[in-house]
Parts: sequence; structure tokens; C-alpha cells
Amino acid sequence: MSTPVIEAPGRTPAPRKKVGGGLLDPAQLVRSLPAALVKLNPVHMWRNPVMLIVEIGAVFSTALAVADPSFFAWAIVVWLWLTVIFANLAEAVAEGRGKAQAATLRAAKRDTTARRLTDRRDPDRWDDVGASELRQGDFVVVEAGEIIPGDGDVVEGIASVDESAITGESAPVIRESGGDRSAVTGGTKVLSDRIIVQITQKPGESFIDRMIALVEGANRQKTPNEIALNILLAALTIIFLVATVTMQPLAIYSKADNPGIPDSLALTGDGVTGIVLVSLLVCLIPTTIGALLSAIGIAGMDRLVQRNVLAMSGRAVEAAGDVSTLLLDKTGTITLGNRQASEFVPAPGVSADELATAAQLASLADETPEGRSIVVYAKQAYGLREREAGELAHAEWVQFTAQTRMSGVNVDSRQVRKGAATAVMKWVRENGGHPTDEVGAIVDAISGSGGTPLVVGQVVDGKARVLGVIHLKDVVKQGMRERFDEMRRMGIRTVMITGDNPLTARAIADEAGVDDFLAEATPEDKLALIKREQEGGRLVAMTGDGTNDAPALAQADVGVAMNTGTSAAKEAGNMVDLDSNPTKLIEIVEIGKQLLITRGALTTFSIANDIAKYFAIIPAMFAAVYPGLDALNIMRLTSPQSAILAAVIFNAIVIVALIPLALRGVRYRPSSASKLLSRNLYLYGLGGIVVPFVGIKIIDLLIQFLPGMS
Amino acid sequence: MSPTLAGILFIGSLVLALALTHRPLGDYMYRVYTGTKHNAVERVIYRAIGVRPDAEQKWSVYARGVLAFSLVSVLFLYGLQRLQDKLFLSLGMAPVTDHVAWNTAISFVTNTNWQAYSGESTMGHLAQMAGLAVQNFVSASVGMAVAVALVRGFARNRTENLGNFWVDLVRGTLRVLLPIAFVGAIVLVAGGLVQNFAEPHTVTTLTGGQQAITGGPVASQEVIKELGTNGGGFYNANAAHPFENATRWTDWFEIFLILLIPFSMPRTFGRMVGQVRQGYAIVAVMATLALAGVALTNVFELSGGATVPQAVGAAMEGKEVRFGVSNSATFAAATTLTSTGAVNSFHDSYTPLGGMMTMFNMMLGEVAPGGVGAGLYGMLVLAVITVFVAGLMVGRTPEYLGKKIGAREIKLASMYFLVTPVLVLIGTALAMGSAEQRASMLNGGPHGLSEVLYAFTSASNNNGSAFGGLTVNTPWYDTALGLCMASGRFLPIIFVLALAGSLARQAPVPESAGTLPTHRPQFVGMVVGVTIVLVALTFLPALALGPLAEGIH
Repeated sequence: MSTPVIEAPGRTPAPRKKVGGGLLDPAQLVRSLPAALVKLNPVHMWRNPVMLIVEIGAVFSTALAVADPSFFAWAIVVWLWLTVIFANLAEAVAEGRGKAQAATLRAAKRDTTARRLTDRRDPDRWDDVGASELRQGDFVVVEAGEIIPGDGDVVEGIASVDESAITGESAPVIRESGGDRSAVTGGTKVLSDRIIVQITQKPGESFIDRMIALVEGANRQKTPNEIALNILLAALTIIFLVATVTMQPLAIYSKADNPGIPDSLALTGDGVTGIVLVSLLVCLIPTTIGALLSAIGIAGMDRLVQRNVLAMSGRAVEAAGDVSTLLLDKTGTITLGNRQASEFVPAPGVSADELATAAQLASLADETPEGRSIVVYAKQAYGLREREAGELAHAEWVQFTAQTRMSGVNVDSRQVRKGAATAVMKWVRENGGHPTDEVGAIVDAISGSGGTPLVVGQVVDGKARVLGVIHLKDVVKQGMRERFDEMRRMGIRTVMITGDNPLTARAIADEAGVDDFLAEATPEDKLALIKREQEGGRLVAMTGDGTNDAPALAQADVGVAMNTGTSAAKEAGNMVDLDSNPTKLIEIVEIGKQLLITRGALTTFSIANDIAKYFAIIPAMFAAVYPGLDALNIMRLTSPQSAILAAVIFNAIVIVALIPLALRGVRYRPSSASKLLSRNLYLYGLGGIVVPFVGIKIIDLLIQFLPGMS
Repeated sequence: MSPTLAGILFIGSLVLALALTHRPLGDYMYRVYTGTKHNAVERVIYRAIGVRPDAEQKWSVYARGVLAFSLVSVLFLYGLQRLQDKLFLSLGMAPVTDHVAWNTAISFVTNTNWQAYSGESTMGHLAQMAGLAVQNFVSASVGMAVAVALVRGFARNRTENLGNFWVDLVRGTLRVLLPIAFVGAIVLVAGGLVQNFAEPHTVTTLTGGQQAITGGPVASQEVIKELGTNGGGFYNANAAHPFENATRWTDWFEIFLILLIPFSMPRTFGRMVGQVRQGYAIVAVMATLALAGVALTNVFELSGGATVPQAVGAAMEGKEVRFGVSNSATFAAATTLTSTGAVNSFHDSYTPLGGMMTMFNMMLGEVAPGGVGAGLYGMLVLAVITVFVAGLMVGRTPEYLGKKIGAREIKLASMYFLVTPVLVLIGTALAMGSAEQRASMLNGGPHGLSEVLYAFTSASNNNGSAFGGLTVNTPWYDTALGLCMASGRFLPIIFVLALAGSLARQAPVPESAGTLPTHRPQFVGMVVGVTIVLVALTFLPALALGPLAEGIH
């Protein structure tokens, strides 16, 4: 079972370091330029076949322009090179955003000296070694003010640790031996006390090392969908390559068939000129998505990093988008974590205010969250002023014990008790009172609804009676029902995992609006549930932090380990949430989906763009021999040269224009697949058809004044 | 009744007839291909060819069956033509020349029925019946078998088994094609087609000349030529010949036969995957594209946008008076939309844009509704590609009918749709790049280019109709077009079967609200859009220099 996240009451979660992060700073483009130029190396371009074709075309056109220079030829050459550079720029900018984060992490990783115990049983004898020399299984001692030299588990002691180097969260966390809060991360700082840590990492494979590699995208592997998309793009590129090359004999024939027509810049007796042919090819092949594809992938990972989630692979992020079952721990994720008073039910003949006053009185000295919640509820619902325990002069506080199972107060001749139903009723009877059957009925009703009943009784002047019942219940976090409704619309089934009995579990499940629940769950049950879902073809996501969560985390398709958890859990999952916020699973799913949608939308946009480019370039090439084809020049572009150049410029500029979208991701609102598709088709399909017509026309209007354009 | 109204009624009655028949026939084919019993005739056949009919095959074995059967068929057909003078019922015809025999053998085995020969003056009755007509049946049945195997890939889970090719082949032939052909032939004979073994009649014409009129088993071959979307005519004039297509009624019936099975296959598909609505979506895509193709061909022909038709009042050149403009255009659209390639008029004589439509119909990849079987598997591949792009846009790994479309699936689908455009464009470019091959063109200018483009489009898409004009019975064209036909048929089949194998292996993904619905008009519209955009983008440069250059003024 997982343990609840320890949060100080009333503490709000740390604000995100960077929100959104979609805004693109123009300075960032300039800063990334050198990196973009380095990427022109064909060895690098090899990874991106679409842009490699553009680069080859650019080289070829440059040679042609050198051999037969003209303003038109050089203008095309410049824009072809810009197309390649813009594509590299997109990737460089995406990578650049991770670099800053990597630098911070590197600072935390500076080589520290470790005090390695020579003998595990003797905590006072050590030799000083460099942190990089530590091996798995070594024991080190770390004291207040020192940096923990490597990832490991606390085997002795307890300490507060500042983990801001990796989480960005300045509040210190407690790390102690045993239990689920034993994991420490190399590079974090011990603030108090002294702990002995057993190193669990291999040299050079620390959590921080992996984080640095991840945020830099150093050894980024293509994800399955990315590979599939690349294949489709390669196929389209081949088709357009064939369509362009095979056009040449037809063009030569057509030109020869119309002997009176003079040669033009686009068409001569040798067919379409090389530069125009390359321009057509570059405009047709899916350069937009080809240029942005890797930036989209890097940015997707980066969006997770900005939310303090580290995905160990892009594959995991993609799987998050496909998740169809979400396992959520009840405590901390769905409910606030503590039971709270939600209702006072008075016994017959007792007024509600009387019960509220007694309940408040009995709870004033009760520092448990439940006790606090009774005082708070009495104030909120009945307007009872919050009294301090010290205000009552003669009060004698009765503490809760496992034997009495009740707590309360004796003031003068009045005794008030609240506690477990049987205990308080017994106490009332012992003092001569006779609890009515109605009280029993109230208690049963509350238990039946999944709540916890606390009976309040009092003895005044020797007269004992039951005043009523306090209804304690698990409070579902605000907005959870809406979240789960959203999930359902996205086709995701939510399953609540809890150690509660089925009755309580059902009540909370109903209130929170989850689709299903697993009550009295053991780690084995959880694992079995995951396997069952997976057999039905569903992908499962879960969060976990304890060592006994590890098998389930490993089995789940998306296993998010809490950073507060054990090393075993972090090792087993494929993501780590540095904020240790289990609700984040929902955000992770959305980011996964957004990543895929962005790829699909830009692919559609890219292909849809081709229509307008044909309408620009085909008449430009052939209207001279077949004047009728000028009817295809529906944009009424100034001249063949300006039409071709405008198409090439548009093709290049659209890459830069879409970099922010590629980095930010397409806007995603949870809704059904059908609605999402309609919206994206409308925007990127229809938009992809219309935008280039407008764009090319505008560019044509601007460049018509350049030399050689008329 | 105005010609336009008559044309609309003609098309409308066809739509109605197909709407009524696609369901029972689709259901019947579902039972044929999923049944477990073998009848006595079939058992005899299985024993004779040494097949265990209940043994399932994985995709590679299934593909090997298709290829082996086709290879044997090609060799047999080649031999039959080359040796026809040594055999009976040859009507005294000489052996067919080697390049024509190879071209014809490939042509009929690939369900193309491109005819580089003139039927009545080249082939004897034996070659027509035992060779060509038999292939009309079995090549159609092969197409249906491959389609059914692909559908099984969607319908089955966690298995390597795609069924048994030999069983599918035999059942398709004996249970589907033969009975319909039998009934259809009688209807055609009743409609005025000839069916005899008579020697040619020699008659004296009005001008006093002598003309030999060849009869033969025409109706029986005509029916399967249309039903199996083959298209190879008994006569050179194909369905324009009165013995092949006597009246408007036989014309209507032949178009109905052409469209019958292709439009019923989606129903079979829907039944087999257990979601009839998925079949309706596929048939809706086919019908949308087909209606648009028929309508545009009619519009261009009826408006007669060319010099001569304007002068004489209608685009009647190359069309039979007994059919008229609209019915000829409808036949032309149906035959090019289905990889049939039978013609009742000469596409070469169409208005430039009408002629372009016949090409465009083929360039769609013969999917609307396409050849028997081939149309369905082609359309399903397009659906897979559409699902991939659309699926990404809903934020999930794309899936179709519960099967994930991953790298392997998209690779096979991409290779499928690469084949025909590459064959068409490279073939056309090679021919147009050579003065020697250009000499085969009847016309110069863009129209000559259209003739060549049409030939390669027709062969690569296994349509088989000819634009006319181009002299194709030269060794170069026979070889090149033969290669296009063979590659255009068998490479896609291999990719489709590999795709089927890859799909059948998968465990199904359960449907949820996050799954892209593939039965709604939205998806239908997307598949239509993807099909048209892919074709337009691929072929626009070539079309611009051919029919568009000729047709736009």
C-alpha cells in the first residue's frame, strides 16, 4: 500500500517553476542559431530524411545558381537553405530549453567528497573518497550541512533534507530509515541530523545523471508513433520525388510540341529548370511536419519536466496518451487524506445547537485532524466561536486512549464525551442513562453510508444521555468529480484503490464519481487488477511510492513513482514525479495526448498545404506552353518567378511560424475523440488548405517589386 | 424525356438496384467465407489438388498460394495461346506471338484484361473459353480471397491464421461467381447476346463487300467479364459490339454486374468484423467517390467541352448511338472505377476533361468500389492510412477496428499505396522520354500524352481498358505494360497479406470514448478527402500536361 503524502496542514503546493512555457522568446531563436547551423552536417540530417532531401536540393540548387546566376536563382537558393536552417532551429530551440535546466542540475552534481564507512557496524570509522568512486552497496555517513554523495536508501537515522536542487521545492523533507520514505537522491543536502545511506546507484548512473540526459534530450530515442509517422512521411516524400522527376520527360515533350514558345526561367527545351524542379519538390514533400517532428517530441518531454515529472522514455509519454485505465490511490489523490466532520445528527429531544456545542467542547483539546475538523465544522455550520482549550478555567481534559476509545472534558459538574459508538453508549449506561434505539439507527445509517459515526454523550448533574452523532467522512477533493467526468469523456476508466472496507469504498467511489474501486486492496490485488486490465487490451497508469508498489509500478504501462518514495519504486516506474503529487497522473495523460495530437495536426496541415502550392507552381511552370493552365493560377500571382519564389518562401516561413505551436503543443481540452477530431480537422485540415493560399498571395504582393519578378 | 433526365434515371435505377442487392449478396458471401462445411464437388477438388481444406494458413503461406497459383495460371495461359493451332476449336487461328501471349497471360491472370490483341481475329474458342474465361473466374476469386484474408486479419485476434487460400479460391469461384454468372448469362442471352459455337458467317454487305461475322460463346464470357471486373471482351470492340452489348437494357445490366460484387463486399466485411456499421462506412466512401466520378464524367461529356462536339451538338464521337452520351459516360465511369476495363465507347474520343475523369477514376487506386476483392482491400488500406493521421489527432496511438496501426502496419500500407503511382509515373515517363515509344501515339500534343498516361494507369491499376489511339502491341509496350500489370497486382497483394498477418497477431484494443469512431460521416468524409488529395497531389503534374492542358482554355 502506498502511504499518504505528508504535507503540513494548510501548506499549498509549491507553484510551478515555469507555467505553460509556450511563449517563444525571439532571442531564443537567435541564441539557438549556432546550434542550428552545426546541425546542417549531413550526418545529423540523416536522421530526418525529409529535411535531408531539402538539404540535397539546396546543395544542388546552389551549384546550379553558381553555374547560371540570376536573382531568381539565388533568391530560391537562399530560401531553400533557410528552410533547412529553420528546421534545425526548431530542434535547437526545443533542445535549448532543456539546457538551462541541465545546467542547474549539473551544478548540483559537482563532485563531493563522501565519507565511506569502512565497516557497516561501526558508524564512526570512514575514509574520505570522491563521490564518483562510490559503488553500489557502499555505506556512507552524511551529516547536517553535507551533500548526499549518491542515490541510496537511508539505513540508519532520520534527517531533514533539502531536495530543492532537483524538485525546485524549498521546503525540506524528512528522510528516515525503514518505511517508504527512505530514498535519498545524490546532490541533495542534509539540513539536520545524521544518517547512514546505502548507495544503490551505479557510478555515473545517478538520478541526476539521468535527469540531465533526459532534459537535454541527449540520447532521445524515437517513439513508436514517431517511427510510424516517419515511415508515412518517407513514403510521401518518395511519391513526390517520383512525381517531380517523372514530370521531366513530359515537360520536355510538351515544350518540344509547342516550338514557337520561347524558353522561360521555369521551362526550357531541356525541361523544367533544375531550380524550379527542386522548388516544386521541396514545396510538395511534407517539410512542415518533417521540420518540426523532433522538436515536438523534445518539447513534449520538456512539458513534463516543467511539471516536475521525469519520464524515463518517450515511449512512456506516448503510452500515457493511450492509457484507458487509471488506478488512483484514494488517500491523497481522491480524498484530502483525513476524515472530517460533515454533519451533526442530534438524538431525539436534543437541539442541533446543543449537540454542536457539546461536540465542540469535547473536541477542543483534540489535536487529531478529526478533532480539529469537528471544531471547524461547528464554527462553519453553527457559527460557534472557536474557543481555546485554555479558556475554560476548570476544565479537565480526558485524552483518547485505546482502552476507553473516547475523549472529552469534565467542566464542573458537566462531563462530555465523544468517541466510538459502543464506548460512549456504554459510558452513558454506566452513568444511569438509557440511549434510545433511534441513536443506534443513526449510527448504523452513518456506517452504512461509508462514514464513521462518533457518538456524543454527556452527564450533567448525574443525568446521563446521548446527545447525538457526529458524522465523520472522507472528504473528496474539490473538482474531482469533474476531472473524472472529463476522463470518462476521454474514454478513460478510473479505478480507486483503497484499504477501506467495500462499504466505505463504495460510498467514496460514488461521491467522487470514479468508475470502479478496489477495496481492502493489497499490493497483490493491485498487480492482479493491472494484469486483468492489460489482458483486455487496456493500457494502465498508476502512481505509487512504496517498495511493495514496485511490482505493480513495473507492470503498469505508465508507472509514476513519487519522488518521496523508495528507490525500489522509483526504479520500477517509468516516470518520477518530483512533486510527489498523485493527481498529476491526469496531467501526464493529457500531455501524452497533446503530443500525439500535435504531430497529427501538423501532419494534416503539412499535407493540406500542398494543394495551394500546386496552384502556384503548376501554372508558373506550364502556362507558357499551355495558356489554358493559367486558369489554375487562381491566386493571380504576379509572374511565374514570383509565384515559385512565394511558394518556397511560404514553405520556409511556415516552419518558423509553427515553432511556438510545436513547442507548446496543440491546445487540448478533454472531450470525446469525435469532437476532438472535428475541431482539429477544421483547424489544421481546412486551415491547412486555406492559409497557404492567403500566405502565398501576400508574399507574392510583397516580392513582386524585387528585380526579375515581373 | 431529355437526355439528362434519362441519364439520371439510368444512374438512379442502378443505385437502387445495388442498394437492394448489396445486403443479401454481402450476407451470402459472409456465409460462404466463414462456413465450415465443404460440399461434394469442393471435396473432390481439394482431394485432386492435394489440399487439406481445414488447415489454416499464416500470411506467408497464403501469399505463396496466391503467387504459385497465379504463376501456374500464367504459364498455362501462355502455353494455350502459343499452341492454339495444335489444339482443337482454334478456328484456324495462328499461334499468338510471344510478346502478345505473355502480355495477355499476365493481363488475364492479374484481373486486368488489357488486350493487346483483337479477340475475334487472334483467339480461337478454346483459348477464349479454357484460357481467358477461366481466368476471368479465378483471377476475380483470387482478389476476393485476398480481401477476405485481410478482413480476417481485422476480425481475428492473437493468431497467425488467415484462412486457407485454396478453400477461399474454390468457394469464391463455385459458390459466388459461377451461380451469378449462370443466371446472368441467361439474362444476357435473353437480352440479345449471342452464345454459340458456330463458324463465322460470311455476309455480303450493302456495299457489296464480304464480311466475316464471328459468333461464339459470347454471353457466357460477357457475364463473367463484367461480374469479375475483368473487362476482356470477346470482340475487339468490347461492349460496344452489338453481340456483347445489344441494347440499353443489356447495357444497364452489364453495369449492374460490374458494380454488384464490389459494392457487396463491404457488407461481407462488416459482417465478418462483427460491426455492420463499419461496412456501411466503407461502402459510403466508395459510393461517394463513385457517384462523384459518374456525375463528373457525365457532366463533362454532356456539356461537350471540345471543338467538334460543340460543332455537332453532342460529344458522340466514339460512342454508340444506341447508348447515347450519358449512358456511355456512366458505363465509362463504372468500368474505370472498378478496374473492369470493359468499354462500350472509346475513351480516346471523350472530351478532354471527360477522358481525364476516366483516368482519375483509375488513379484513385481502383477503390471506388474497385475490382472484386481488390477494391475492398485497397479501400481498407486507405482507411488504415486515414486512421493513422486522424488517430494521432485524437491523441491516441491510432487504431482501426481495435487493431493498433503501428510502424509495421503503416510501413506495409505505405508500400501498398506507393506501388501503383510509381509504376504509372515511371512507365509514362519512360515512354514519353523515348522517341521510339512516342511513335506509338496516334495523336500529338497533350492528347498523345494522355494516351500513354492512360495506358500505364490502366495497366498498373489492373483496369485493362484502353484509351485507344496508342498502338500497344509492340514488344516494348507489351513487356512494359505486362510488368506494370504483374507488379501492380502482386506487390500490393503481398503487402496486404503481410498487413493482414500483422493485424491478426494483435490483441484487440477495447473501444472507448477516446477511440476514433470509424463509422460516422466524419470518418467517411476523411477517407474520401485523403483518397482524393493523395491522388490529386501525385498525378496533378501529369494530368496538367495531358487532359488539363487540352481541356482548359
